[in-house]
Amino acid sequence: MTKPTNTTSHEATIADELALNPDHHEHHEHHIPKGMMRWVLTTNHKDIGTLYLWFAFIMFLVGGAMAMVIRAELFQPGLQIVQPNFFNQMTTVHGLIMVFGAVMPAFTGLANWLIPMMIGAPDMALPRMNNWSFWILPFAFAILLGSLFMEGGGPAFGWTFYAPLSTTYSNDSTGLFVFSVHIMGISSIMGAINVIVTIFNMRAPGMTWMKMPLFVWTWLITAFLLIAVMPVLAGAVTMVLTDKFFGTSFFDAAGGGDPVMFQHIFWFFGHPEVYIMILPAFGIISQIVPTFARKPLFGYASMVYATASIALLSFVVWAHHMFTTGMPVYMEMFFMFATMLISVPTGVKVFNWVATMWRGSMTFEVPMMFALAFIVLFTIGGLSGLMLAITPVDFQYHDTYFVVAHFHYVLVTGAIFSIMAAVYYWLPKWTGRMFNITLAKWHFWCSLVSVNVLFFPMHFVGLAGMPRRIPDYSLQFADFNQWISIGGFAFGLSQLIFLALVIQACRKQGEPVSDRVWDGAHGLEWEIPSPAPYHTFETPPVVK
Amino acid sequence: MQQPYEKYYVPAQSPWPIVGAVALFLIAVGAGNVVIDTTKETSGYGSILLGAGLVALLVMLVGWFKNQIDESMSGLYSAQLGRSYRQGMRWFIFSEVMFFAAFFGALFYARMISIPWLGGDSNNAMTNAVLWPQFEAMWPLLSTPNGTTTQQMEAMGLPAINTLILLVSSVTLHFAHTGLEQNKRKQLTWMLGLTIVLGCIFLVLQVEEYIHAYRDLGLTLQSGIYGNTFFLLTGFHGMHVTLGTIILMVLLGRVLKGHFTPDTHFAFQAGSWYWHFVDVVWVMLFVFVYIL
Repeated sequence: MTKPTNTTSHEATIADELALNPDHHEHHEHHIPKGMMRWVLTTNHKDIGTLYLWFAFIMFLVGGAMAMVIRAELFQPGLQIVQPNFFNQMTTVHGLIMVFGAVMPAFTGLANWLIPMMIGAPDMALPRMNNWSFWILPFAFAILLGSLFMEGGGPAFGWTFYAPLSTTYSNDSTGLFVFSVHIMGISSIMGAINVIVTIFNMRAPGMTWMKMPLFVWTWLITAFLLIAVMPVLAGAVTMVLTDKFFGTSFFDAAGGGDPVMFQHIFWFFGHPEVYIMILPAFGIISQIVPTFARKPLFGYASMVYATASIALLSFVVWAHHMFTTGMPVYMEMFFMFATMLISVPTGVKVFNWVATMWRGSMTFEVPMMFALAFIVLFTIGGLSGLMLAITPVDFQYHDTYFVVAHFHYVLVTGAIFSIMAAVYYWLPKWTGRMFNITLAKWHFWCSLVSVNVLFFPMHFVGLAGMPRRIPDYSLQFADFNQWISIGGFAFGLSQLIFLALVIQACRKQGEPVSDRVWDGAHGLEWEIPSPAPYHTFETPPVVK
Repeated sequence: MQQPYEKYYVPAQSPWPIVGAVALFLIAVGAGNVVIDTTKETSGYGSILLGAGLVALLVMLVGWFKNQIDESMSGLYSAQLGRSYRQGMRWFIFSEVMFFAAFFGALFYARMISIPWLGGDSNNAMTNAVLWPQFEAMWPLLSTPNGTTTQQMEAMGLPAINTLILLVSSVTLHFAHTGLEQNKRKQLTWMLGLTIVLGCIFLVLQVEEYIHAYRDLGLTLQSGIYGNTFFLLTGFHGMHVTLGTIILMVLLGRVLKGHFTPDTHFAFQAGSWYWHFVDVVWVMLFVFVYIL
């Protein structure tokens, strides 16, 4: 990621590029800018990808620290460490940071690094806007985190900011929360436009739609979801703003509105949003599994159609988040069946991954370990989702720890494990060095064990009736909660191993790797040198 | 994909995105504080931050567009880059459609679900009996459950004239575009100028209508869900018309400087798409907010 110090590797870079483009001899010597301003002014998709990934990692640690506060408080029943209002701020901001500050920027970072290299493009289609998309984020989160220090505290209404908690009963910081979400949304929409335009317009000759790597496909569909629903979120926060500060009554029955309307608008955004956080993960797993099974992906076309089906269905299932908030029975039936339908394309994916491994020459390098953990644990999260989809059963589970267990299985062992798998898979390509495999294995096993100690017992306390978002609980939940907290602290500490590993990798420690890095790896990004040169594919390669 | 290869222009470093990010930061913090201060009737530094942010945003826009225009005029852009810009603009307009969809959604939800239910429809007889037994469901909601009353904004006065104005403006802009494509610069200039004038008249009449609503009808932002959807939908539309008019003014300035050719005029195309989009939103507004 810094200028190659080694002349031979730089020469090799140029030679390789010429080898890729034998009929094009013009090559510009590129000067890689140095210092702080390189990162502030950059238009390079690799720099911006790195920025996104580091930002996401820092936010992951910040949001994780908040989770530690939550677990410390819940270690024992009764109020021990924090007051309820602060506890609520922690659950709220933990959720907001992990969704908008960690998972989404991490996927965008991967998209920035990988999509141009995978489709043979010189950069993202709109490089300056790309920089703008990134740099909005640190400011947006500075506002959100800063609001925690305001008089009366930060947002305390849950990441879903249901009215009237966010209107009638919220504190002043709501004003800042709303505008911070607005600029996050601007960032996401611009990022998504960039991804779509890059994929539509920048593919190398011969890179036809059905030859695109699945990571590119899943991101294309994700970007479409982002452009469709982030503006709806902007509308929702705007109505919260006017309800709270300007006397409107969108979410107040006394003026003809309805608090339940908030939930409809929010979840119309919110459900596609959860697929925004999982579709790129499907893409990552679909890249990694074939590499280490040494077989082409089973059912490529069905993977593409399954992804598109999940995306379309995501627009007609939102009210399954609100089965208990008041709806006619026919609507509950509709949303129940529509939700259960999603398990069909998702099942297609899981079976395709398994079929890819069937009779493959499997090896178990670190990215593959994370990918396998993803397949098993994400499926557990998917199955608890299926339980929650069943309306009469959901009446029992709604707002209990069972829901918390469900969405942490799909988001932590799903989305975040896939991001870690992706980092281990492509990090050698980015830095040119193999990461510290011993540390990586420690990271994997510690995370795998602790994450299950952390989230699996949540199913039990949830089924037994422990409500979520409460700083205190009934005595009978105490034993399980201690296990959960111990798992939580262990999972948090395990991520410091990852931090150490990534810092080592960025400091260029480790053995140099070959261009292909993993011997079963296929795709344009493995044809270029390791580390990937600052500019790649300035002349498009021809894909056969 | 057999056309001869043109190099895709990847700009070098640019200062404008970070200026834009700082601008949005100042706007967000400033607007947040202004909102908080307004309700608490205290005074703070919010408006200063907001103003500084808007100035920074303006500086960014001028600087960034100047860069773009210089690059374009010096022939750095390829047909492929033009496609990137056009596709980007189309997806941006799609995001705007979804933004308005949220408010139309609120309008339809109130009309079809929340107001009928408050009036006892479906299986909600007890909701009505227990909460506001005197409440009767109606649209426009001229009397809210807690007794705020207002009057209806009539569709056939200013709103109808405004509809006509915007529809005509879309036609004049289209003639400006054909003028550009056929290299009839005079037609281009006059039709574009006429469109801007129509846009301005629309905005003046819209202000007129708001004054009428507040002064004569008692229809305000606080008049319950009817006033809420009315002002947020027309208000956001008005903001978009304002932005569209500014875009067209910049385009007119560039036309007068001799920019744009029949083949390369992305900025004009984008501005024109935006204007037509704003026009379509108005037609939807006129039907669903004013007439029905």
